[in-house]
Amino acid sequence: MAQAAQNVPAPSDQPMIELSAVNKWYGQFHVLKDINLTVYSGERIVVCGPSGSGKSTMIRCINRLEEHQKGRIVVDGAELTHDLKKIEQVRREVGMVFQHFNLFPHLTVLENLTLAPIWVRKMPKKEAEEVAMTYLKRVKIPEQAAKYPGQLSGGQQQRVAIARSLCMNPKVMLFDEPTSALDPEMIKEVLDVMIELAKSGMTMICVTHEMGFARTVANRVIFMDRGEIIEQNEPEEFFKNPKSERTRLFLSQILHH
Amino acid sequence: MSDTTANNNLNSEMEPGVRPSLPPPTTETGIIGWMRHNLFSSWSNALLTVLALYLLYLVVPPFLSWAVIDATWKVPPLAAGAEDHPPQFGDCRANAGACWIFVEARLPQFIFGFYPVEQRWRVDIVFVILAVSVFGLLSERIKQKKHLAIFFFAIFPFLAFWLLYGGLGLEVVETRLWGGFMLTLILSGIGIVFSLPLGVLLALGRRSDLPVVHLLSVVLIEFVRGVPLITILFMANVMLPFFLPPGIEVNVLLRVLLGVTIFAAAYMAEVVRGGLQALPKGQYEGAMAMGLGYWQLMRLIILPQALRIAIPGIVNNFISLTQDTTLVAIVGLYDFLNIVRAGSRDTNWLGTEVEGYAFCAMVYWIFCFAMSRYSMYLERKLHTGHKKR
Repeated sequence: MAQAAQNVPAPSDQPMIELSAVNKWYGQFHVLKDINLTVYSGERIVVCGPSGSGKSTMIRCINRLEEHQKGRIVVDGAELTHDLKKIEQVRREVGMVFQHFNLFPHLTVLENLTLAPIWVRKMPKKEAEEVAMTYLKRVKIPEQAAKYPGQLSGGQQQRVAIARSLCMNPKVMLFDEPTSALDPEMIKEVLDVMIELAKSGMTMICVTHEMGFARTVANRVIFMDRGEIIEQNEPEEFFKNPKSERTRLFLSQILHH
Repeated sequence: MSDTTANNNLNSEMEPGVRPSLPPPTTETGIIGWMRHNLFSSWSNALLTVLALYLLYLVVPPFLSWAVIDATWKVPPLAAGAEDHPPQFGDCRANAGACWIFVEARLPQFIFGFYPVEQRWRVDIVFVILAVSVFGLLSERIKQKKHLAIFFFAIFPFLAFWLLYGGLGLEVVETRLWGGFMLTLILSGIGIVFSLPLGVLLALGRRSDLPVVHLLSVVLIEFVRGVPLITILFMANVMLPFFLPPGIEVNVLLRVLLGVTIFAAAYMAEVVRGGLQALPKGQYEGAMAMGLGYWQLMRLIILPQALRIAIPGIVNNFISLTQDTTLVAIVGLYDFLNIVRAGSRDTNWLGTEVEGYAFCAMVYWIFCFAMSRYSMYLERKLHTGHKKR
């Protein structure tokens, strides 16, 4: 596993995403507390933590699916404010993969993939379809192009979702628990695609409990609890010598399963 | 039977993992099996079956003898010495059943209302274009619908108005002369075509984050839904002129059309909202995360799915709209039902009300049932889940 990590290209020192002193509340509930995080171009970060710790909320703030109330979020040079143009600009450059895939069930797999390139990037249909087929081959299901999402297995759907995001040629990929809704035998096929993607040098932030994946590709593992970043470290160190008691407790709970 | 038994034995002798799939036993299939399952599955079910058969026996034969066997289908030959006269109810006295010659004699008026006889070819042309376009738009066999749709929604309304109303070389036929089936078709057709997009906009408005848009939509929907259609028709007819600057007079038909459309749109808005709410939040997020704007998101992702979910409710509204158009009788328009009713009040035809209503019911039923069947076909066609293929 540790050897695999060496195949992954090293990140640059160009910051891609910067969160500084980000705070967010749901009503009275303080869900993100003073989050500071810089993600460099080409860096792969795994975020873990107990449920309700704010890890999903944090990455959903990065493409403004959630609004933060204090602090600054800058993605690829654009700060996220109420400016709708900026938000759409950031969303074009940031791909997201969801726990429940969120494919469009009324469109075929190919149409799911070409939709955003055609309507957002204004790409000609034929070109968009060629790009889509390239990515479907990369996630190893080109033969499913004409089917509807409802006819695919969960693992296949999630791979389609990854391909759909990649069709927009994003600079960053966010993964929000991509394997949590999958049957055990399908988790590997999705993780394989993600590992492949990491090796290609994509900047990635993954909220996941797949610690094997974290060991294989992550540059940094972040542990969150109750809206705070408790600790972050290289995977090797993180798993071997967790500093805080809470991290140790969490790791003992998920690693003993 | 023996075959199946042999197969069953075969299965019990075979190793696990290589057992073949067998057909179900014959007692479960075929007519006998169907009847056992559906009509006589328990003693209470059997009792209901017998009761239903008895009720059918009570209703169907008398109706058939009235409507078909004992009915008068043709004007009887003139009795010797009788004075020649136009067909009338008296001609049906010989038979106990329905007097269909009433419908036959009055059919042109039922269809065209008071539209001048020598101009009715214009209405016929509109009917033909309408029928051909609707068939073309709804049929699966015709693939290139784009041009047809542009023609139907952008050109046809003006063409139809010109043909029906006149002007530009055609003799003008005032809308007060329009009536019968033609008027019903105009009212329900325009109501259907405009209430859906208007309803969609109201539904989106009601879910909008913009307070002004939200409030306006809610007020309009709730006001219109809280008031009976008859009231809206009265208001459109009597009150609207008060709000318009003096000297501007809006045609009665137009006022009624406006009333019917807005009424239907308010109900449509709530049906569409139901469809919108049935969609998981993930559909919005999936599309937004790729940078789609609001209108793209709605047009490409949300509405196609929400409207499919809402099809039963939408068609339900279309059907009730079609039937509600009969209420325009109250502001003095002679729609299909009203003109049939008026026909059976003619002194020559007194006593033919049942025939008139039966005929009306049949025509309305054919149209509404067709809509219902088409919507079911549409639901099946748009289903993209596991069931397809």
